[in-house]
Amino acid sequence: MTFLQSLIDGIGLGAVYAVVGVGIGLVFGVMRLVNFAYGELITAGGYTLAMLSGAPAIVAIVACFAVVVALALLQERVAFRPLRGASPATMLIATFAVSFLLQNIYLLAFGSRGSTVGTLGGLNTAIAVGTLRIRWITIVAVVVGGVLLAGLTFVLNRTMIGLQLRAAAADLQTARTLGVRANRVITWAFAISGMLAAAVAVLLTVQSPLVTPDYGVSVTIFALVGVVVGGLDRLLTASLGGFAIGFATAFAGDLLPSSGSVYLPSVVYGLVIVVLLLRPSGLFAGPRATAAERV
Amino acid sequence: MTRRRIDAFVTLAAPVLLVVAVAALGSQLNAVRQLEFGDALVSVAIVVALYVFVGNSGVLSFGHISFVAVGAYLSGILTLDVQQKDLILPTMFGVLRHTHTSTGLSLAIAAAAGALFALLAGIPLMRLSGLPAGIATFAVLGITTNIISYWSKIGPGVTALSLVPQNGIWTLMVGALIAIVVAFAYQRSPSGRKLRATREDPLAAQASGIHVHRQRLYAFVISGALAGFAGGLLVHELGSITTSQVSVELTFTTLAMLVVGGVSSLSGAVLGALLISGLNSFLADAEQGVNIGFQLTLPTGTRLVSIGAVMALVLILRPSGITGGREVRLPRRWRGGERSPEVRSDA
Repeated sequence: MTFLQSLIDGIGLGAVYAVVGVGIGLVFGVMRLVNFAYGELITAGGYTLAMLSGAPAIVAIVACFAVVVALALLQERVAFRPLRGASPATMLIATFAVSFLLQNIYLLAFGSRGSTVGTLGGLNTAIAVGTLRIRWITIVAVVVGGVLLAGLTFVLNRTMIGLQLRAAAADLQTARTLGVRANRVITWAFAISGMLAAAVAVLLTVQSPLVTPDYGVSVTIFALVGVVVGGLDRLLTASLGGFAIGFATAFAGDLLPSSGSVYLPSVVYGLVIVVLLLRPSGLFAGPRATAAERV
Repeated sequence: MTRRRIDAFVTLAAPVLLVVAVAALGSQLNAVRQLEFGDALVSVAIVVALYVFVGNSGVLSFGHISFVAVGAYLSGILTLDVQQKDLILPTMFGVLRHTHTSTGLSLAIAAAAGALFALLAGIPLMRLSGLPAGIATFAVLGITTNIISYWSKIGPGVTALSLVPQNGIWTLMVGALIAIVVAFAYQRSPSGRKLRATREDPLAAQASGIHVHRQRLYAFVISGALAGFAGGLLVHELGSITTSQVSVELTFTTLAMLVVGGVSSLSGAVLGALLISGLNSFLADAEQGVNIGFQLTLPTGTRLVSIGAVMALVLILRPSGITGGREVRLPRRWRGGERSPEVRSDA
């Protein structure tokens, strides 16, 4: 039964990583930028929810989406638009700088002790199925994650802006020659990735309600690892990578003896290295994937 | 001297003089200031170590702080008293517990350990490039700090390593200069030139018979040795160390120093490290109140916000760093040359 329990934990964890991964992958697709400051979007959502803990849940959630999308657009406009065409190293370090800056602004504004989110706290209770414990939030996370990814797939495949996003991801220069407006597409990519970050903020604050300035960092790092392990070139492989990291963490935690449980990160990172060495362009990438060459 | 010789001389002399000047200035100040200047000199050593690989190869590494961590812990443990170690680190391997070395020897051992670790990690990892290389090197860092944090046979485990003998500003300066000279010698060596060629155009370099992975591995090992050495300097500057000090945050700040200075030049690495360290110290003072013609007191907490803002601004306004990735050269009219009109650096 512990196998099933690990599977369930892995799914819950993986769904969150998958949504974060898709948010990062979407922006990477159109402008080859790995936005490390993505975690600070999640943190901003967390603080918004914490400040509106007394308000009705729907108000808090709408405000959370508004704040996070606005911050995502602000990041794009102020920091990343001037850097278009800079070397990947510069862009990546610039996103670190933005991440560092935002974290310290949060520290200045909200202090280091953290703010507690009360919204939707009831979802943290577990239901027992036989010997298994399933928390409501796991189910909600999986459903929300599934709906978001399905909705995004619909947008990408059935709408004009989706078509333009895919065109820009395939080749921005050619897409621009054919009349796709780079600014518009990139703004949309950031807006959608902001919405995904807001959803993650809602899901994550139910599981761990204490929001600190570095709240979004570790989930971003794990999701980023998952995305690269899965394959950054396509959103499907990116989200599968998120699930892979979720499962690996849950199962490795299960298999390690209790005295060795502190070494869980080493085991997961070790697996990551092995996967990257065997399949540098991603675990689920097709035979013609060229992520390593393009990045 | 021919013009090329002069250029080479200036390329080395500029960062060396800068570091000597910083150390000389620091030695005149009070003890607190000396610590800040010592900190800046250690940052120079770490960033130069990072530069040897990242600057010459163009491949990002998030793993170098693991070599710094290994160097710091090894060098720190080796210089502790044997009796002290029996008392505070009873679970550690006998070899580490019963050995005591001088600071100089411990730095050499730290460099050797850094090189060995970089060799073992580099043999598989140097085949990767781009984002997978970044994530894989980050994974090495994650594993290293995780193991150092908990394995009490190789170090103090979850507690801090403390009581390490501290060194003054002149020793730290010599350490930073050693790193600069090694980096300079490497980038002018045939191997360094080959690696820089692979950075500019990997396909053309390969077609000219350059073995990309092998050249990257050489640089990774030299850079690992310097990083281990710099880690030794770090622990002998601070006197104590915890794993959180040699982990993700140091990785990002040192990379940011390198990129702010200009990733592909030695002078950029040195300048970036000194400028960001200097800004950091100045803002820390300003939070306490400082007199710069007028009394300036910044609210507590503005230091880190300002550092983040400055790093972001420099990258947005000058994406290739303050030096633009070029080495320091004499102005053209002093050199009497007719070629390459814009090699003068903005430094």
